[in-house]
Amino acid sequence: MNWLLEPFQYSFMRQALLASLLVGTTCSLLGVYVVLRRMAFLGDAVAHTTLPGLVIAYLNHWNLFVGAIVAAVITALGIGWLSRGQRLREDTAIGVSFSGMFALGIVMISRVQSYRDFSHMLFGNVLGVTTADLVGIGIVSFLVCAVLLLVNKELMLTTVDPLHGESIGLSAERMRYLLLILLALTVVTGIQAVGVVLTTALIVTPAATASLITRRLDRMLLLAVVFSACSSVAGLYASYYLSISSGGAIVLACTVLFGVAYLATRIHWRQLPAQYDAT
Amino acid sequence: MNQSPEFPHSHEEPWLPYSGRGHRDPRAGQPAVQVEHLSVRYRKAGSDALHAVSLEVAIGQRVALVGPNGAGKSTLLKALAGLVKPQSGHMALFGNPVGACHHRTAYLPQRTDLDWQSPLTVSDLVMTGRYVHLGWLSWPGQADRVRVRRVLERMGIADLAERQISDLSGGQQQRTLLARALVQEASLFLLDEPLNAVDEATRDVVDELLTQHTQCGGSVLVATHDLGRLMESFDSAVYLCEGQVESILPFGRDPLASLAPRPASSGASK
Repeated sequence: MNWLLEPFQYSFMRQALLASLLVGTTCSLLGVYVVLRRMAFLGDAVAHTTLPGLVIAYLNHWNLFVGAIVAAVITALGIGWLSRGQRLREDTAIGVSFSGMFALGIVMISRVQSYRDFSHMLFGNVLGVTTADLVGIGIVSFLVCAVLLLVNKELMLTTVDPLHGESIGLSAERMRYLLLILLALTVVTGIQAVGVVLTTALIVTPAATASLITRRLDRMLLLAVVFSACSSVAGLYASYYLSISSGGAIVLACTVLFGVAYLATRIHWRQLPAQYDAT
Repeated sequence: MNQSPEFPHSHEEPWLPYSGRGHRDPRAGQPAVQVEHLSVRYRKAGSDALHAVSLEVAIGQRVALVGPNGAGKSTLLKALAGLVKPQSGHMALFGNPVGACHHRTAYLPQRTDLDWQSPLTVSDLVMTGRYVHLGWLSWPGQADRVRVRRVLERMGIADLAERQISDLSGGQQQRTLLARALVQEASLFLLDEPLNAVDEATRDVVDELLTQHTQCGGSVLVATHDLGRLMESFDSAVYLCEGQVESILPFGRDPLASLAPRPASSGASK
């Protein structure tokens, strides 16, 4: 039993656990909506586009968190604006702004000529989370979860039937912007834990796993949180005992859970071909 | 089963309505729908989707919109539901601008406009019809659940209440959408192809329902391809072609003088 408790004698491990649970909960709750609205690629894009914001904040000794949030919100709104009214398809708008912003970040890093400092931005380092980071993550997580809870019914309505929303005066466009802003905020918390490159996995994978198992929204939300919490804990243990990257370990744990769920549902389907009733 | 619809009903305004324009009362003596010289043009389109369309649906009337695909039937309904902004012309619902009384109008989109893969049950989806009365930061209560249950019974789909919407057949999807329109307790129905690809039993249910609706003073504007029942089911038909009104066919009665209650069994009196 001792090996279970041993890692958490260290305060940095306790902080890392708290941070990854907070981040995981927020990412996976939002992730359910992202997956249902087929916006998975957008999450990835927003994560990558925070890089220039992070670099600018780092070079000027500003708060990295704030730099990332500003960059993410600007990109999210920019993508929404470019693709409004189907002037440009959304995936095209994402492709253009995402690679452009990421390239800007790379160029800025190369000017500084020190990739080393930025590796934790790209791949995250949840073991290095400070108390100040933790407070920031906590505030953003609370904000995102609270808003999701309060506008849950409107988000769901504009997902399933945007025209009905419009016909009762609920703008689907505005709901999309709201979701984009929440996504930007969530991505920034994820960057602290697993970095720019892997954040999208925290958003998409637990939600995707949950969507394999159930087709009820409430259960999907609950399961996504449970999966992400299990992955966080498993990833942290793996990171501690095997000395591997914590971000990579957490994301791999998410992926393993997804793989197991996928295989399990495949087998389940094969056994019950006609009466499949996932509730 | 067979309760009469609950309107005209006392309406409570939501605490935080979705649209800031508020819930205005109908203006006396005004028709349910009045459209004058309405023109709609979509971006990138070469010609008008609707061109100088004028029509009227009096209170208590059932009007069919007919015409070939692409004639502008859906566009007209969308304009009236506030989903499409017209370039020119005038629209009024109960004498008020579009959007001034969302709760008084129920728009039924085409089946294909919904994402049926969403993780909702039939009663969840029908419950979204109550949202116009709830607004932001209010959640459905017991009274709303009772209304949903009664409407599902009326549509004959009470047994599907807990079914996932992804598991519905075409006819069941259409009944679900109609149930949602009913639970809005609106007085004007704007229905886009409610009879598309549905079975005969559903057609009868819809027919019965629209008859009851107009008997209680409701009004209906329906885009339809089902020409077989046109004369028995509607007071008049508006024939649209290439975005213009080709002709308006009243079936037996003067469409402008139909404030009198409708006879119980509506035979075509032509």
